[in-house]
Amino acid sequence: MLELVTISTLNGVLYGMLLFLMASGLTLIFSMMGVLNFAHASFYMLGAFFGFQISQYLGFWPAFVVAPVLVGGIGALVERYGLRYVHRHGPVAELLFTFGLAFVIVEIVQMIWGKGPVDYRVPESLDFSAFTAFSTNYPAYKMFELLTAIAIFAVLFAVLTRTRVGLIIQASLTHPDMVAMLGHNVPRVFMLVFGVGTGLAAVAGVIAGPALVTQSNMAGALGPILFVVVVVGGLGSLAGAFVASLLIGLIQTFAVSINLSVADVLGGIGVAPPSEGVLADIWTVTVAQIAPIIPYLLLVLILIFRPVGLMGTREH
Amino acid sequence: MSEAASEIAKLPEREALYPAGVAAALRLAAPWVALALLFALLPLVFASGSALTMLSLMGIMIVFALSYNMLLGETGLLSFGHAVYYGLGGFFTVHAMNVVIHDRLPVPLPLLPFVGAFGGLLFGIIFGSVSTRRAGTAFAMISLGLGELVASSSLILRGFFGGEEGVSTNRTKLLHLFGLNFGPQIEIYYLIAAWCLICMAAMYALRRTPFGRMCNAVRENSERAQFVGYNPRVVRFIAFSLAGLFAGIAGALAAINFELVNSAAVGAEQSGLVLLAAYIGGVGNFAGPVIGAILVTWLEAMLSDLTEVWQLYFGLLFIGMVMFAPQGIAGLVMMHEPLWQARAYGAMARLALTYLIALIPALVCLVGAILLIEMTYHVSVKASEGPAISLFHLTLDTVSVKSWLAAAVLGGGGFFLFRLTWPRVGAAWHDAFVEARGGGRAK
Repeated sequence: MLELVTISTLNGVLYGMLLFLMASGLTLIFSMMGVLNFAHASFYMLGAFFGFQISQYLGFWPAFVVAPVLVGGIGALVERYGLRYVHRHGPVAELLFTFGLAFVIVEIVQMIWGKGPVDYRVPESLDFSAFTAFSTNYPAYKMFELLTAIAIFAVLFAVLTRTRVGLIIQASLTHPDMVAMLGHNVPRVFMLVFGVGTGLAAVAGVIAGPALVTQSNMAGALGPILFVVVVVGGLGSLAGAFVASLLIGLIQTFAVSINLSVADVLGGIGVAPPSEGVLADIWTVTVAQIAPIIPYLLLVLILIFRPVGLMGTREH
Repeated sequence: MSEAASEIAKLPEREALYPAGVAAALRLAAPWVALALLFALLPLVFASGSALTMLSLMGIMIVFALSYNMLLGETGLLSFGHAVYYGLGGFFTVHAMNVVIHDRLPVPLPLLPFVGAFGGLLFGIIFGSVSTRRAGTAFAMISLGLGELVASSSLILRGFFGGEEGVSTNRTKLLHLFGLNFGPQIEIYYLIAAWCLICMAAMYALRRTPFGRMCNAVRENSERAQFVGYNPRVVRFIAFSLAGLFAGIAGALAAINFELVNSAAVGAEQSGLVLLAAYIGGVGNFAGPVIGAILVTWLEAMLSDLTEVWQLYFGLLFIGMVMFAPQGIAGLVMMHEPLWQARAYGAMARLALTYLIALIPALVCLVGAILLIEMTYHVSVKASEGPAISLFHLTLDTVSVKSWLAAAVLGGGGFFLFRLTWPRVGAAWHDAFVEARGGGRAK
């Protein structure tokens, strides 16, 4: 039992930190431009595929650096020549632009790499077990993922709160006109934030790709969870995104390891199961089976009891 | 104050908005009678089996896209999960049909879409009460989350959703009225056409009620709508539930048409498709989603025959519309209405000529882009079939640099020339409007 809790906690924190790598960029972009970037998970996917392709030629470590930079560059270009143009048509058009972009990126990835998974493997230099907890060997690659995510989190936090660039970004979030008056190029700050945000998503893609499966449906599988994270945390709140990422990471990881159903609980106290119909399905389904829908249930609950999200303050 | 008074004076009289009398009623009914005649006569022109199937699909999509427009176009609610109500309407209908067949109930097939409407409305009310608390981006994300919730549940609750293979039925086993057994596609077409007409008329009428106007007010400025004395949350909630109702009817028609509903009907792809259809057609106009539904259904069938990457073209078309024509096809057409009203035919002809000139490089650019896309696809995915590829009745060698260069020159050069024509089109547009307003040729 203790073993299960320890390993699940580690995995949950890891998953949560990966989610936060993406959610942080998404939140920054949202609070700055008022656009929820629907294609954010697509940039994560691009990161994984670029990482795979580059590691074929140069090895994992160069790919670890080059792929996020490339994806971030693409993100900056998308902001400069796409979003900035669409801005004149209003927020719905901006959101739909990123929706169309997500659609097109999936198609392009399928066009180039096909629909099946690609063979993106853990690099040999990290392919060993880091430590043994109880009887489980914990892979070093997962520790590497976790440490990378934490390091990036620390750097991001330091840059945002301790440096001049960070101060300008923070000021542009709330007072873009005033920042422009002081002589800063606010559109360029927007482009920078969009580029860095998509680059962070790509980092998550590069390091998660070998551990998960790198294929063209990975954006579609992760995207909705990402949006749940930012809505549950409170749209535009970085701290909320952090809490929600960890929460959802832990809940989902623990849920898949619990093999309990309503039948086990109620059957134990002598309630007879229904014979057929929808109720019978609910009766026998285990917690592990409903793990994929738990984030969405959480979303509904949050909306009922706290519509602005965990740490949200204002209506958007 | 006096300005506001003159603004009010400019508003059309109540009689102009809601005319009374026999002549006015006839004028109101005329387009619908014409539409009914068109629906009745279409199978005479498109008599083949595949054409009838296509027409049926278009009818279903029209209802679905119009119901989506009640959200996005009328109330300003961007939903990424509208297929939930479409799919659930379909599942309710299929189960109802199976119960009717099993218990030999005296219910004829044409009444079954009421079950779909009930299912759509029911879940519209349930999910709407949660999601319409918020508007804007938060609403969009919630609709996406609810869509995923239902889509994921559909694989868990096998009893209701039928697992991977879905739930099937037999539409010919129901009570036969007037000798109709609804086996042949032509009978299904008329069933769908009749329901499509009813739904179109109902949604058009709803637009013109005070409630419809309040939806528009909430879309434009929910705070001011609140000052007038309406609760925007309630308005959004009612609009959302009714959109669910009509989506449920569309789902029911689809269930009757295919005699099968599976979990794909509630999925994200179906939600995306209806969004694409409504938006490409134009959400600001009642005709827009109708045009979009027809176009998207047709494109889906045509393109998927021609190319395997048809969804990419779809996505690019959508991005192009969002960037350059957010008012959609119907909006583009309606932009020219003032010219038509002013009877400025000369100006329209000149404008058409500049359009034609701009169209030529645009087509060249399009051909280049298509060549690039198809060759990339061929090289990366179908390389095992050899380097030759046949496009536009030409055989191209995807390995040689020449064909790539040619495609790039066509695409890039075409775009460059097309870009050059934009100022000319803008100038011609300006001239045409000056002429239409002044009633004579501009200086």
